[in-house]
Amino acid sequence: MKRIVAREEYCVGCRLCEIHCLVQHSKSKKIIKAFREERDSVLPRLRVEESGCVSFALQCRHCEQASCIEACMTGAMHRAPETGAVLCDTDRCVGCWMCIMVCPLGAIRRGPDSHVASKCDLCIGEDYPVCVANCPNEAIALREEDEVNA
Amino acid sequence: MHREPYVIIGNSVAAMGAVEGIRSVDADRPITIISNESHHTYSRPLISYLLGRKVGDDDMLYRPPDFYDKNNIRAWLGVEVIGVDPRAGTLETADGRTIGFENLLIATGGKPIVPPDVEGAEAPGVFAFTTWDDARRIQEYIEERQVESAVVVGGGLIGLKSMEGLVQLGIRTTIVELADRILGATFDDTASAMARRRLEQSGVTVLCGNTVTSVEGTEEGLKGVVLRDESRIECSLVIFAIGVRPSVDVVRGTDIEVDRGILVDERMRTSADGIYAAGDVAQADLLLGDGKLPIPVFPNAARQGRIAGVNMAGGEARWRGGIAMNAVEVLGLPTVSVGLTSPGDDQCEILSELNEEEEQYRKIVLRDDRVVGAIFIGDIDRAGIITGLVRERIDVSEFKDLLLTKEFGLLSLPREYRKHIVSGRGIVV
Repeated sequence: MKRIVAREEYCVGCRLCEIHCLVQHSKSKKIIKAFREERDSVLPRLRVEESGCVSFALQCRHCEQASCIEACMTGAMHRAPETGAVLCDTDRCVGCWMCIMVCPLGAIRRGPDSHVASKCDLCIGEDYPVCVANCPNEAIALREEDEVNA
Repeated sequence: MHREPYVIIGNSVAAMGAVEGIRSVDADRPITIISNESHHTYSRPLISYLLGRKVGDDDMLYRPPDFYDKNNIRAWLGVEVIGVDPRAGTLETADGRTIGFENLLIATGGKPIVPPDVEGAEAPGVFAFTTWDDARRIQEYIEERQVESAVVVGGGLIGLKSMEGLVQLGIRTTIVELADRILGATFDDTASAMARRRLEQSGVTVLCGNTVTSVEGTEEGLKGVVLRDESRIECSLVIFAIGVRPSVDVVRGTDIEVDRGILVDERMRTSADGIYAAGDVAQADLLLGDGKLPIPVFPNAARQGRIAGVNMAGGEARWRGGIAMNAVEVLGLPTVSVGLTSPGDDQCEILSELNEEEEQYRKIVLRDDRVVGAIFIGDIDRAGIITGLVRERIDVSEFKDLLLTKEFGLLSLPREYRKHIVSGRGIVV
């Protein structure tokens, strides 16, 4: 069993993860189309933070005690029973932003035109999340769970 | 006597939190839910969206339709509990049943404050706005009477959300607020003024420092209201939203300790063995400052419910103190408010940034180098990081200057705290 970890000592701030994430969550899933035609309707679900020479990529940690699920007033924010991922059912989200208020990572955004919460879904259906698969420096990595807290 | 292992009075946020808390410790033993409302568990805040026809009946459920079955819950809906006997470990229902319990959770929530001294407040066309049935009755009334104008009494969150529902139906709405500004409990002057401007731009009339003293109705329906200053507003619908208070009736006459709400300790236990309380009915420890107060906000109710549930099932979980927090859109204007937003004393340091043209406002209230309150209007996307600093009581003296910068993020935080939140036990993939 593995978890996503951010290794800030390896991140060079290239933001390829943001690009791949945006494309993955666009309708077309094509990079040119996504940037030319869908730029206003899709956001990357993770963000690279940068300050001086330090940077790292941050996405939802799918917390075990998830404040966002607890605070969600409609029940849209939920834990997928099979994977344990924290997902937002966008049909049920009304955009009240309680989740944004309580996420200590600031990892949830307002969807750009859909008025629903936008967050990491671990790339449902892919073998690896695209941010992990495409990071050139393995700064976003999957690690065995017991190594993570070591 | 047969005793149910878990009985919950209430069927909303705290009750569902308790179910999830119980099930994290005890996978099987049955849970009995008794609610005076006849609906499957539903999202109370969604009633304003229902009123404004932004969501339909099917979208109201807070947990999926099979939630009761999956969790071995027997739900007695539409059943009123009329009394609890803590010594005997029993409760009585209005339909004459006596039920024994091993563990009882009182999660009865709040009930709307009935306006005192308002003439004609019982007239048809006058409503409260806290339940699905309230929303439904208002909808029916609006259709039947072809309501074109309404008065909402109370400029707090419930008042504003009900106003929003009415505006979405194209109804001309006036808000009457007793205080000198709307959202006075959660906002400061600046934020209140921004919200007010948004309302007025949408055609809503806002009257502050005033209140309704009588409602004028005839057989044919409501005609209008008279205000304290003797002015008169024509309308055919009135919603009273002047606040809620803890719904403590079920423990009246028992020796369970009650102040404003039912007093609970950090494990959500009342003063009676085996009896717990959580959510809007409970009066629990505060995060900032001493003493206990009811803080009727959604995230507190969910967490208190879970903590009560874990403890009821023999586990251990503790409440770390509550703080007021609300995220709400005011006619499309996103807002977040947390904790102490408008301190009355001068022991607080205030950081703020206002851009009225863009409808952007951010304010952070510090005391002893810790964040004790915040307001975000407009760009709210990273408000949660600030909420985290409040909840964890993080010393911000080292990075105070960064809090309101554009670049502010996790990287601005002390490395240890940042590592702690990003590597907290998440899920495995």
